[in-house]
Amino acid sequence: MTSVTLPAIGVVLPELLLAVGSLALLLIGAVRGDRASGLVNALALVLLVLAGIAVAFQGPEKIVAFNGSFVLDGFARFWKLLALIGSAAAIAMSREFFVRERLDKFEFPVLVLLSTLGMLLMISADSLLILYVGLELQSLAIYVIAAFDRDNARSTEAGLKYFVLGALSSGMLLYGSSLVYGLTGSIVFSDIAAALAGGHGVLFIFGLVFIIAGLAFKISAVPFHMWTPDVYEGAPTPVTAFLAAAPKMAAMALIVRVLMGVFPAIVDQWQQIIVFVALASMALGSFAAIGQRSIKRLMAYSSIGHMGYALVGLAAGTPQGVEAVLIYTAIYLATTLGAFAGILALRNGNVYVDRIDDLAGLSRSQPALAFFFAMIFFSFAGIPPWAGFFGKLYVFGAAIEAGLYTLAIIGVLTSVVGAFYYLRVVKIIYFDEPKAPYEPMTPVLKLVLGASSVVVLLFWVLPAPLVGAAAVAAKSLF
Amino acid sequence: MEIGLVHYLTVAAVLFTLGVFGIFINRKNVIVILMSIELILLAVNINLVAFSIFTNTIAGQIFALLVLTVAAAETAIGLAILVVYFRNRGTIAVEDINLMKG
Repeated sequence: MTSVTLPAIGVVLPELLLAVGSLALLLIGAVRGDRASGLVNALALVLLVLAGIAVAFQGPEKIVAFNGSFVLDGFARFWKLLALIGSAAAIAMSREFFVRERLDKFEFPVLVLLSTLGMLLMISADSLLILYVGLELQSLAIYVIAAFDRDNARSTEAGLKYFVLGALSSGMLLYGSSLVYGLTGSIVFSDIAAALAGGHGVLFIFGLVFIIAGLAFKISAVPFHMWTPDVYEGAPTPVTAFLAAAPKMAAMALIVRVLMGVFPAIVDQWQQIIVFVALASMALGSFAAIGQRSIKRLMAYSSIGHMGYALVGLAAGTPQGVEAVLIYTAIYLATTLGAFAGILALRNGNVYVDRIDDLAGLSRSQPALAFFFAMIFFSFAGIPPWAGFFGKLYVFGAAIEAGLYTLAIIGVLTSVVGAFYYLRVVKIIYFDEPKAPYEPMTPVLKLVLGASSVVVLLFWVLPAPLVGAAAVAAKSLF
Repeated sequence: MEIGLVHYLTVAAVLFTLGVFGIFINRKNVIVILMSIELILLAVNINLVAFSIFTNTIAGQIFALLVLTVAAAETAIGLAILVVYFRNRGTIAVEDINLMKG
């Protein structure tokens, strides 16, 4: 019988904080009812910040704990910070919206905390079992918050669709995991990688495909993207902001760790799959977004496309490619949070609008918001010198280094198509006749939009902190 | 006839396929989809336990226990979402889930 030593507890300090904290918040909410929702919201933010500090102060060395099922390295720390930032921004932005829509229930921050806990476990997973449990904890909480506006038919339909397709995808992931376990005799990643180095059969590739399918669903990559536009449109906007940001970070971390860390021996096999998925995602993200009327649907197709670009870096299968994925996803997180802060600011009285046409003439009623909104969309389109351009530069650079010329060329072409609908939004903001005046932005939204704009607009001045952190994180995986 | 690993895997593969087709072909009722999801998870459990015995490792059985637990939680959440959906729409037919085109 081995006892759990203190260092093992230190390794999971951020996770413990979130687990214990979310239960405490649940108690506060249960005792005081919905009057406590403001308090619970604030405390949830505090918890996320504390967890972030705990992550930042964990040492740089690689620690494997709990009999090889949990790993803490530079790679995990980088993604954990991104996921925590995404969750904290979503919780901060949600308050105003839910109060105005009379949905200010204390369960929302608690569910976001539980989901974030699942993400941290996913990011640190070092065995198939932790991978599955973390993924389910993350998803189950999100199924509920997608249907959070429970008197609204669209929101509940979004929750139902996400639940059915999500359960199917985790079933596929599990089936793949069971095959991989059966063929290697272990669920720990390092043992699987070692067993794999000695050769593999067709059945193993079968299992790998199922695992990739399950993970691709979570980052909404084509052909597993069907749920994305409907869920983004139906869910309340702060939930959409959360969905577009934090879970994508965790799932991307997992897909990179599984493919690069566990299956490096069969890179030739999975590279073809990832190339196909990346191509299809980039193409669908660009073409299907053109006819959209709703900003939230537009953001859905945009996120499908951006996950495709990030996968280009993974398809390269090199340390440089992984670094490009890290940089691209971090920039995507900052840009998306800024875009949703802008969308949540579009309010007439108590009515939130979400049609692209409603943006008309925003430049005249709110010049500052319009300017930052436009810059964020320029960045999405990949126009230099904003951050989105450099993100694309890194992933395509990595693809060309690895000899994937076709992938890089098609990627650049689809990003030109994508620029059309991003620039159309900018044109509507600046050149169309104004429709309705909007309320001034709340301080929280200003803060999120400001922080996002700092990253987007100033990345070219000072890229070193992000690029350096990504390089260190990528190195720890190899 | 000796019942070997291949037999277990075949049963599990058939159950898994039934579950997946149950989700896609079914046009009637969301409850049937929940049953299909359960079928998929049970197929995985058969796989895990069979592999656990034949590779002589215990991890598969622990995995199966956790899958059972998570499956219960998943069904509870699915039914809860289904109830609020039914309150809004008054139907749980699959072909009526079409407020948003996608």
